[in-house]
Amino acid sequence: MRKLVIAISMLALAASAAFADPILDRQALMKERGKIVGGLSKVVKGEEPFDAAAVLTALQALHANAEKVDVDALFPAGSDTGGDTTASPKIWEDMAGFKATNAKYVADVKAAAAAAPADVDALKAQFGAIGSDCGTCHQTYRVKKG
Amino acid sequence: MPWLKKLVGAIVILGGVGAVAGWVGSAPVRLDRETLAKLGPGDAARGKRIFFAGGCTSCHAKPGSQGDARLQLAGGLELKTPFGTFVPPNISQDAKDGIGAWSVEDLANAMLKGVSPSGRHFYPAFPYASYARMNPVDIGDLYAFLKTLPAVAGKAPANSLGFPFNIRRGIGLWKLLYLSDQPVVPFPAATPDPVMAGRYLVEGPGHCGECHTPRDLAGGTKKNVWLAGAVAAEGSGVVPNITSGEGGIGDWSEADIANYLETGFTPDFDSVGGAMVDVQRNMAELAPQDRAAIAAYLKAIPAHPNGYPARKRAN
Repeated sequence: MRKLVIAISMLALAASAAFADPILDRQALMKERGKIVGGLSKVVKGEEPFDAAAVLTALQALHANAEKVDVDALFPAGSDTGGDTTASPKIWEDMAGFKATNAKYVADVKAAAAAAPADVDALKAQFGAIGSDCGTCHQTYRVKKG
Repeated sequence: MPWLKKLVGAIVILGGVGAVAGWVGSAPVRLDRETLAKLGPGDAARGKRIFFAGGCTSCHAKPGSQGDARLQLAGGLELKTPFGTFVPPNISQDAKDGIGAWSVEDLANAMLKGVSPSGRHFYPAFPYASYARMNPVDIGDLYAFLKTLPAVAGKAPANSLGFPFNIRRGIGLWKLLYLSDQPVVPFPAATPDPVMAGRYLVEGPGHCGECHTPRDLAGGTKKNVWLAGAVAAEGSGVVPNITSGEGGIGDWSEADIANYLETGFTPDFDSVGGAMVDVQRNMAELAPQDRAAIAAYLKAIPAHPNGYPARKRAN
């Protein structure tokens, strides 16, 4: 029986290692997020013309990206160290707070995509709220480690 | 043994002279009359700019405050450092618990000399080592702006420091080493105005060097690696190198820096984090030319490689 339990847990471990490295996965999602935000920022700053359809596509992509963050799967216990993670230990000290902060971001992105901004001023307001969410989460839950 | 008596006598006298010199040298020094005369009548509108450039709310607002609540300067944040825990006090206009009863001269002595109205040294966790470079007239304006903010009752808890850092008089000796109103980075006479304006904002009210510059054993900033980044005084992280040296922001344009201070986004669309989030929100309140001046200064200062050790990879 004991051997069976060990065998199953080893299998599970191997499977999780084969399918996903949560640190790499969450970093990839954050990189993708940054790219989309970067594209939108060019429109907000007036470096690129406002194209309602293109902006909506970008906001929908940002929403899809946000929904992919399953906190339990991407921030399992023990993933506070390893790789070059910059996740703060505070995530695991206050998991409820972290989830609430993430949920606010998801809600704001969802609202922005649903609102489908019709001009650059409408986008600016949505973009400001989203950018503020980025800072609020990184203020508490990320640590620069050099 | 008369020689022994003489030796003991000499040691006692020397020790006494040393103690007297230490006591005199460590005494709190207030501003002179000439400086106090420059404080001016105070202009609250101009003082608002100084308030946000100085980042007062980052430490003195109640922890976690957002929006207008950040103007309620009740203190209470805990800064856990290797010297102990510092708690920024209530600097609201409450006459009993805050600084509502202070004169403009009191504020100037606090910010430029680190001396309290009762004549005690403040700890340099209150960044007067930077504020000492400020123009007195800006203190007068700041005072006028602070007067427009609400009074909030309630004292913040006291600092909790270990020996010998709990002896305030020792700060007098620290000041002899590190307190100066002189600029850090010298520039030639023909330097463009924005660089000089940026130097004032960064080295003075902005007190950027307090976190972004490594410190020596006595807790003073190392001017020879100015703004090269440092191990964070609080927590486990680092504070980035903001010179153009290796690991720094050499590949950021001036527009990138100004945009970061305004929006919180880096050129590759990472976002501001950690203690810099509050700083950036303050910087966003400034006029565009102030952010541009800070950027111009940061691009003009000597480049240094990272002032903190390279990260040890966990695996």
